[in-house]
Amino acid sequence: MQADIIVDTKGMACPMPIVRAKKALDTMTPGQVMEVLSTDKGSVNDLQAWVKQIKQELIQHEVEDGVYKFYVRKL
Amino acid sequence: MNASAGIKGMTSKELTRRILAKEDLFILDVRNENDYNDWRIEGERIVSLNIPYFELLDGVDNALEQIPANMKLLVVCAKEGSSMFVAEQIADAGRTNVHYLEGGMKSWSEHLEPVFIGELQDGGAVYQFLRLGKGCLSYMIVSGGEAAVIDAARMTDRYMAFAQARGITIKHVLDTHLHADHISGGRQLAERTGAAYWLPPKDAEEVTFAYEKLEDGRDITVGRAVIRIQPVYSPGHTIGSTSFVVDAQYLLTGDILFIESIGRPDLAGRAEDWVGDLRDTLYDKYKELSPELLVLPAHYGKMSELGEGGKVMARLSDLYRHNPGLNLQEEEAFRRAVTENLPPQPNAYEEIRQANMGKIKPTEEEQREMETGPNRCAVHDQ
Repeated sequence: MQADIIVDTKGMACPMPIVRAKKALDTMTPGQVMEVLSTDKGSVNDLQAWVKQIKQELIQHEVEDGVYKFYVRKL
Repeated sequence: MNASAGIKGMTSKELTRRILAKEDLFILDVRNENDYNDWRIEGERIVSLNIPYFELLDGVDNALEQIPANMKLLVVCAKEGSSMFVAEQIADAGRTNVHYLEGGMKSWSEHLEPVFIGELQDGGAVYQFLRLGKGCLSYMIVSGGEAAVIDAARMTDRYMAFAQARGITIKHVLDTHLHADHISGGRQLAERTGAAYWLPPKDAEEVTFAYEKLEDGRDITVGRAVIRIQPVYSPGHTIGSTSFVVDAQYLLTGDILFIESIGRPDLAGRAEDWVGDLRDTLYDKYKELSPELLVLPAHYGKMSELGEGGKVMARLSDLYRHNPGLNLQEEEAFRRAVTENLPPQPNAYEEIRQANMGKIKPTEEEQREMETGPNRCAVHDQ
């Protein structure tokens, strides 16, 4: 999947992955896709709940070699 | 983040003391809603509120409106970072008496608090190790400089430090049954202290290590004062479940009988088969024991089961009067109560059983992950 912006939070603990993702999302225009990378297991549930709460679209998420990847589209 | 904000850390130990002392505390739990609904810190005088930290990134006004300014505030999250982040904002907004839980729920789930239960007839004592974060109870029976530890949690350092501080040698480590809700520390504690590790043979058919067999009539002696730990074969929660009569005073019931509930028979996938065993144990076998025995279970489900100073204990005769699980006279009603509408099974219970049998060897981080959440070993838990 092609992302317009990549937010790399590998090695960071809560709340930083979502703090960084939010900052990036604020700069994006509708339709753009953000890819968030995280190594924090807690971010899996939190990021999904956050995207739902701010009413954006979580296109997909996956895990690869201990890195969680989330694709979020700004609506 | 303003690291110099006036917030203070609160340890799990301090939180435990406050809960046992029934002090007022307001908890703002900033984990996501599912985690909060599944498992949270409870106490008689605790008021708790859940607002996920990601709803407080733009400011904490929404939280401030709901937090009374005159109460001590504790902000809690999974590990620590998010609670500090939120607590600092609350302190920056002018609030005082703002704390965060050091190590978060991870550390909370691992704290063990020793509670003195009572003395033994010929000197010696029984201590209950309260794991408030999970509702698990373990025990240390001490006499003549020796000790037996029963249903040890995996935080084996705690028992060793407790024994060492009192010049006690741990000689025996016992598990009442093969646990499904938490990783047993029994085997590790026995290895580290050179103690004998005892298990019920019927629960241990698949274990990958050597152990001593807990059997009816095979008494275990602790100390010079001859504190007899007399095993009572009491199947139901698991087929091998074994209770212990200690010093003719205490009945350690494992996960068979709790204060306000009874054990569930379904965690090894054999509910229907074991209903009859559970009923025999509760309605016949325990009836043959002295009604004066003080019951010490391996779990509690509700905060109301904690008595004075945090003791989880009740006289057997009182339980026969008040415990709903001991007052289902119709066999059919009993069968339904222990097989239908059971609470969800504990997190990763099948993997936990495998680990306790020595079949899988999870890392410490994986063990922590497997144990997340409440124990849910009783039929009435939630």
